[in-house]
Amino acid sequence: MKLIVTVVGKDRIGIIASVTKILADNNVNILSINQNILNGFFNMILFAEASESKIQLVDLQRKLREQGESIGVEIKTQHQDIFDVMHKI
Amino acid sequence: MITIEDILETNRMITENKLDVRTITMGISLRDCAHPNMRDFCRNVYDKITKSAEFLVKTGEDIEAEYGVPIINKRISVTPVAIVADSCKAESYVPVAETLDRAAKAVGVNFIGGFSALVEKGYTSGDRILIESIPQALASTDLVCASINLASTKAGINMDAVREAGEVIKRTAELTRDRQAIGCAKLVIFANAPQDNPFMAGSFHGVSEPDKVINVGVSGPGVVKHALEDLKGANFTEVAETVKKTAFKITRVGQLVAQEASRRLGVPFGIIDLSLAPTPSVGDSVARILEEMGLEACGAPGTTAALALLNDAVKKGGLMASSHVGGLSGAFIPVSEDEGMIHAVKQGSLSIEKLEAMTCVCSVGLDMIAVSGDVSAATLSGIIADEAAIGVVNNKTTAVRLIPVPNAKVGDTVEFGGLLGYCPVVPVKNQWSSEAFIARGGRIPAPVRSLTN
Repeated sequence: MKLIVTVVGKDRIGIIASVTKILADNNVNILSINQNILNGFFNMILFAEASESKIQLVDLQRKLREQGESIGVEIKTQHQDIFDVMHKI
Repeated sequence: MITIEDILETNRMITENKLDVRTITMGISLRDCAHPNMRDFCRNVYDKITKSAEFLVKTGEDIEAEYGVPIINKRISVTPVAIVADSCKAESYVPVAETLDRAAKAVGVNFIGGFSALVEKGYTSGDRILIESIPQALASTDLVCASINLASTKAGINMDAVREAGEVIKRTAELTRDRQAIGCAKLVIFANAPQDNPFMAGSFHGVSEPDKVINVGVSGPGVVKHALEDLKGANFTEVAETVKKTAFKITRVGQLVAQEASRRLGVPFGIIDLSLAPTPSVGDSVARILEEMGLEACGAPGTTAALALLNDAVKKGGLMASSHVGGLSGAFIPVSEDEGMIHAVKQGSLSIEKLEAMTCVCSVGLDMIAVSGDVSAATLSGIIADEAAIGVVNNKTTAVRLIPVPNAKVGDTVEFGGLLGYCPVVPVKNQWSSEAFIARGGRIPAPVRSLTN
């Protein structure tokens, strides 16, 4: 299962570290990261592969969301299929 | 490979433009529940529904979380009760409605549809009992939706049923007068009702459907409006192309949700209903799309043409995005459930007569319109007859969901709450009577165009 993690919020130290730690702890492999800072706002889109992971997607979503709330950013974790169906024929 | 722009576009559609899947509706056949004893019949119905839909809500919530797209409603439709209860020895089907209500609450769905009768050509005894039971059934339940199909292109218009429907609406309003006549919001009078419509209140599970089926209704007026905001002054070819592309994307999400729900529940996928379903919240309105095309207010001359373009382009875009399309599939124009329509009625740009014209070119019909409590049953029947005629002659679905609110007058606003929204009381030309016309009864014959063989 391929996942897309989007992170948006005010920039601070350690956002990527805290997100990727949760992914690593749950055996989710990162395929690509696109990240930048716009006017002090942190934007990241992370592509990941979760086929080796044992965690349920809803549990992973919750962990990432709670982590995001604790550091003041919004973290969204979605199944890649929704983007594929919408943008590919 | 998916690009960053694609991801941002999808998520913007969801968060800013209110893209959602409006409903996952499980159709459940009750044909195997029939029993001459009412208590046994109701037990069969309850068991079948609660067993079939046990995981419907949970599955919907899981899909919503995993893909990050809101799924607003999870619903159930059943075989028209008048058919399956016909063999019951009973004088009222209110106990069946109460059973449906209990079953719906037990599995946690928002609504259950199918307290219905199909009488376009005439009544069986079950049809009569069901229609007589509707006012009490809607007053004593919370989640049950009722419908009557009283006309079709093949059969013509059953004018006895048209007369009775006006009276049923009035009685339903009376029995729920302490709740703004909310019962009428759960009652749809149809011509050419589809058998696989996932949208309430007119949803039922047609007799030719499989035992169980998953139908999905998409939404997304806000997404279409946003796409048109970049096309100021562009010609209609460009407008239609943009609506098509947007409808394609919206429908693909619906198709994904439908396939996933079907797979996880082990229930066959039926259809996607390509309807633009608005809500009362700002940014989720069909009327505002029409205005975005260049009309100062919804209801201004040009509104019907704008709606025709929108309706057609949504279908063209959606058709290719889904393997099976059905249901109502067209833009909805409910008044109380659409922020822009409410505004248009309030400022006087949109009248019930203009809405009637608009129903010629979109799905459904005169939907969720509050009228004053002194509008007579015969006037309501006259309006129903007009809508049925439009549906029958043009070979399309039309429907009427009017709410004659007791004690409410033109100028008042009636609040229904939630997705049902609120509505200013709309003026009706009821100073001229339809009484003698409606009193005739009988059948208006099927039109020439029904003879297609």
